[in-house]
Amino acid sequence: MTTMTARGPQRRAPGAVRRGLRRNLTAYGFLCGALICFAFFSWYPMVREFLLSFQKTNFVGPPEYVGLDNFQTVIEDSAFAPAWINTAMFSGLALIVGYAVPFVAAIVLNELRHARAYLRFVVYLPVMLPPAVAVLLFKWFYDPGAGLFNQILGLAHLPALSWLDSTSTALISLVIVSTWMNLGTGTLIYLAALQSIPSELYEAAELDGAGLFKRVWHVTIPQTKLILLVMLLLQIVATMQVFIEPYLLTGGGPENATVTVAYLMYQYAFSFGNFGGGGALGLMLMLVLMVFSAVYLRVSRDNQI
Amino acid sequence: MKPRNLAILLSAGLALAAAGCGSGAGSTPDATKSSQGSAAPANAPVSISVGCQPPKSNPKERSEWDADVASFQKLHPNITIVSKDAFPCIVPETFQAKLAGGEMEDMFYVYYTDVRKIIASGQAADISPYINSVTTLKDMRPDVLSIFKDGDKVYGLPRTNYSTGLVYNRKLFTQAGLNPDAPPTTWADVQAAAKKIAALGPGYVGYGEYSAGNTGGWHFTSALYGRGGSMVSDDGKTAAFNSPEGKAVLENLKTMRWTDNSMGTKQLHRWEDLMRMMGSGKLGMMIGAPDVVQAVNNDFKGKFDDYGVAGLPEAKFSLSGGDGYMFNPKASPEQIKAGLLWLEYRFLTPAQGQFNYERAKADGLPVGLPTTDLYGTTAPGVKMNDTRKQFATVPVEHFQSYVDAAANVQFKLEPPKAQELYAILDTAMSAVLTRQDANIDQLLSDAEKKANNVLAKSS
Repeated sequence: MTTMTARGPQRRAPGAVRRGLRRNLTAYGFLCGALICFAFFSWYPMVREFLLSFQKTNFVGPPEYVGLDNFQTVIEDSAFAPAWINTAMFSGLALIVGYAVPFVAAIVLNELRHARAYLRFVVYLPVMLPPAVAVLLFKWFYDPGAGLFNQILGLAHLPALSWLDSTSTALISLVIVSTWMNLGTGTLIYLAALQSIPSELYEAAELDGAGLFKRVWHVTIPQTKLILLVMLLLQIVATMQVFIEPYLLTGGGPENATVTVAYLMYQYAFSFGNFGGGGALGLMLMLVLMVFSAVYLRVSRDNQI
Repeated sequence: MKPRNLAILLSAGLALAAAGCGSGAGSTPDATKSSQGSAAPANAPVSISVGCQPPKSNPKERSEWDADVASFQKLHPNITIVSKDAFPCIVPETFQAKLAGGEMEDMFYVYYTDVRKIIASGQAADISPYINSVTTLKDMRPDVLSIFKDGDKVYGLPRTNYSTGLVYNRKLFTQAGLNPDAPPTTWADVQAAAKKIAALGPGYVGYGEYSAGNTGGWHFTSALYGRGGSMVSDDGKTAAFNSPEGKAVLENLKTMRWTDNSMGTKQLHRWEDLMRMMGSGKLGMMIGAPDVVQAVNNDFKGKFDDYGVAGLPEAKFSLSGGDGYMFNPKASPEQIKAGLLWLEYRFLTPAQGQFNYERAKADGLPVGLPTTDLYGTTAPGVKMNDTRKQFATVPVEHFQSYVDAAANVQFKLEPPKAQELYAILDTAMSAVLTRQDANIDQLLSDAEKKANNVLAKSS
């Protein structure tokens, strides 16, 4: 405060600070509420998790600092490498399937002239289902015997698949569930972005003889570039933390084919009672996502997005 | 506000959070103080919180619990029981959170599967100095008490206890032309019965097995123990499951899954999956104990009459199952003493509390399941079994072959680092059940290496 008031041109009249404070009291009140919430529900757990990853604790006695032992334990775990590979593959597949599908669905919805509201509701419906219910639904869909998907394949005279029970199809099966569960949110966000594009641009493109694909390529994508890039970042950050799907559908199997970093973290903390190991994994995942986000934002900014 | 000032405010918030965290994490528990012993008068008022009071959704059992609390407090006016209900009584997520938050009951409920982990983590109080006050202790099966022991120290007492057996659907046995009163006694019998049940039609599964969420490794251990194998060496430092017995467990599953096609196409089952299948009447057999029948009847729409339990085929040893109570390390000596009195009153005295079968029958609760083999063939054990049969409301003859077999079975403890080993063996179990070309030798060898790494670290 001393430095601020020492600057001649910025010097405030006596009582100005108090008046400013009084004028913005409500705003500061709201800010405090938000800060307290963030402090206790976001930053405190993060700090605690950071400390936990260097500790051995039973939550009864004082924790013991063990340096990097927890990191060594999890790195030497035979499930560590598969967990990271599966997580990366899940994110990659979710980008291909889960990122493109909502955008295409939004474009289709935006092009429709009739029943748009109804279809918007239908697309958003899965989001309203509790994840456990959605997952149980897919458990039946994926049943290799009487499951819906294999019944459909049978009608099309295609061979049945093992879905969750095969190391080659288990992960993509989880991606399909995840995409279905989150389709509605992505679609609505894209739809909002699409509807903010001035219709004149499309009219001009149509006058120039552009078909649907050219309109999407030359008008829709450039106009929604910002939201697409933000959603890409959010999608990667979210999918790298995938947990519910492997936890409820496969338990990490078969043969560790669907064990993910978040699932392994859960195993360490709650099945093995090793919170330090769980904390170490959590910290590693957080650092990877932080570095990725920073690089991504830097590259995006350099490209003047 | 300028960014710099905002940053100061944010930093202060973070610092406060960290300070709060530090003080919480580093605080010395009261246990240190209390475990030193205190000079409270013998009849000084003492209050203990006790977990696993039956939930409101189970009003009959809850009212029995409440009645027992009232009569116990009348007997011991200085003791107040603070009952804490929960359903299920313990879940891993809340267990650790309750300990961390100081909300854990003074006397908390545990499954056998968690006991070794809790003792190893120092999350239960040593009750050895007070244990002699329990008069029925001298009659308790030593192998049952050993579940709660580490060396000479005792950390808890059992509530229920049972060996692993073979749960089967009597109705399906009849439909498949099998005799439900002569359940399989060898694994060859199991294979043959499973084939016949699976042949009933699409959707029928002869034999079900777990292979996900650590339950596969758990049942591998059950089957391995039954065949006389061991999970770890005697000193607990190396894995011992890569053995002829371990191989036989997986070979048996592989044959049923791929040669006989009697295990269904859907795999990666976890606990509730097989319960659901058993409840739906489409599953013929699974490894389990009478508690499975109870769960299937209570929560999965099955009927007691349709199920039976036999001894685990060819078994001389069994992985013990059951539950009990342990004490919060922060509990005072007076609380531990009071808790032991309550435990004996409610859970360990024949014809009283949980063994008051006459009352249970009058209340319309199921009576007759052999889930409380705490005393073996000692006087209290015989008395308990007699009254259980006298007031039975479930068909006890459906469990007779299990009871007969259990008398000759010796309990074996879970291995050290049980959950870690179970997670490793899930891989072998899921491979055998989902991949026809699974190489059993390779799977066991890989699992052995991984298990040795885990055990080497723990030792």
